[in-house]
Amino acid sequence: MICIVDYGIGNIHALLNLFKRLGIDVQRASTPDDLSGAVRLVLPGVGHFDHAMRCLNESGLRTKLERLVMGDKVPVLGICVGMQMLAEGSDEGAFPGLGWIPGRVRAFDTQPQCAELPLPHMGWNRLQSKPQASLFSKGFEDGAEFYFLHSYFFDAVDKQDVAATANYGFEFDAAVSRGHIHGVQCHPEKSHHWGEQLLTNFVDL
Amino acid sequence: MLRPRIIPCLLVHKGGLVKTLGFKEPRYVGDPINAVRIFNEKEADELMVFDIDATIKKVAPDFALVAKLAAECRMPLCYGGGVTTPEQASRIVDMGVEKVAVSAAAIANPDLLTRMADAVGRQSVVAVLDVRKRTGLFAKGYEVRSHNGKTSCKLDPVALALQLQEAGAGEVVVNSIDCDGLMQGYDLDLAVQLKQALKVPLTVLGGAGSLEHMGNLFAKLGVVGAAAGSLFVFKGKYRAVLINYPTPEQKKQLCHNALQQ
Repeated sequence: MICIVDYGIGNIHALLNLFKRLGIDVQRASTPDDLSGAVRLVLPGVGHFDHAMRCLNESGLRTKLERLVMGDKVPVLGICVGMQMLAEGSDEGAFPGLGWIPGRVRAFDTQPQCAELPLPHMGWNRLQSKPQASLFSKGFEDGAEFYFLHSYFFDAVDKQDVAATANYGFEFDAAVSRGHIHGVQCHPEKSHHWGEQLLTNFVDL
Repeated sequence: MLRPRIIPCLLVHKGGLVKTLGFKEPRYVGDPINAVRIFNEKEADELMVFDIDATIKKVAPDFALVAKLAAECRMPLCYGGGVTTPEQASRIVDMGVEKVAVSAAAIANPDLLTRMADAVGRQSVVAVLDVRKRTGLFAKGYEVRSHNGKTSCKLDPVALALQLQEAGAGEVVVNSIDCDGLMQGYDLDLAVQLKQALKVPLTVLGGAGSLEHMGNLFAKLGVVGAAAGSLFVFKGKYRAVLINYPTPEQKKQLCHNALQQ
């Protein structure tokens, strides 16, 4: 069963609908018991980094989630702020992140290469995936175009963890994979057939 | 790199979808959820849904409708109508809506945008400015209006847009009341003024009658959002209701040609 971690924020409905459309068994997990038996975990997230971390911390799900991901090695996909939460921390807030992938979330507006560009980074952008990236191993031969909406980006410490980059004044880390832990800054649930392909690849890992 | 966005804009009035002419004469064009499904199939870049009754009636957003739209929508969604507090914005974002638009409430009190940005992040805060050419013997330039164009705010759109950007807006939508529903093209002068002044992304609404009009906008402004109502709900000179959207190939060609020039 695919479990979408429902800690109170993020587009749970759209993700549920999309997996159902793909014919994949999925459920919303709002309690630790709901997470039992998960074979894949999806961690959505929107809004402010600290707000998202606080909601997760107070949801009662975090301990079980960490046991599943760090202990049982259940593959997990963080989406948008859900990806940023995989980092050790964010310039947006003061809360520590989950720290599952070494890295820090930084602001675009501190990057000199973005000085002349509109911010936030919002709209459809192309992903350049790495040859070894399992999330993009199938169905992206003609390119990958995804919807982005963010002011902050993941900056991975170990660039081996970068699965794809996107260009916005410079190449930033738009998708990360470290073993069974994955994250994408863009919104697969809002990116039409490209998003469906990415979620399918995640399930097929 | 980022590419321009082509955005259907849907207006909700008395629970149905309507299209207006000069902000008047709402004409019923269908059911909101059905329209979302069609735009899903056509892989639209983004969708804007504005409830044009909420602010006038001084009621809160119809959260049941917003939840239904968010669950159905497989493209980014911007919702506007009746939002007056950061708590409402949070609730809408938590439902899975990417962006929350405000107009009258933000014009009356720009601080609302600051509090919304604190609650949901600046990227999810959109300021909508309904703009009309000033009328009168010696009148020059433009003015911002609210409450479906009925109330003059006596403010210049560029000055106000900058103020709202400063306050916390992550995107500005400029809507030309004069061009609404005419399908004769965007007010490019107005769009250029805002594009030159703003740091945040800009979306232009009001007047598009063909993809060529959108191409003209991109050629002049570069990477912006081109939004339209009539273009995507009417077909032909008799304005028969038919929901439509360019194919991926048409879209690619349009962006490519416009940005080459």
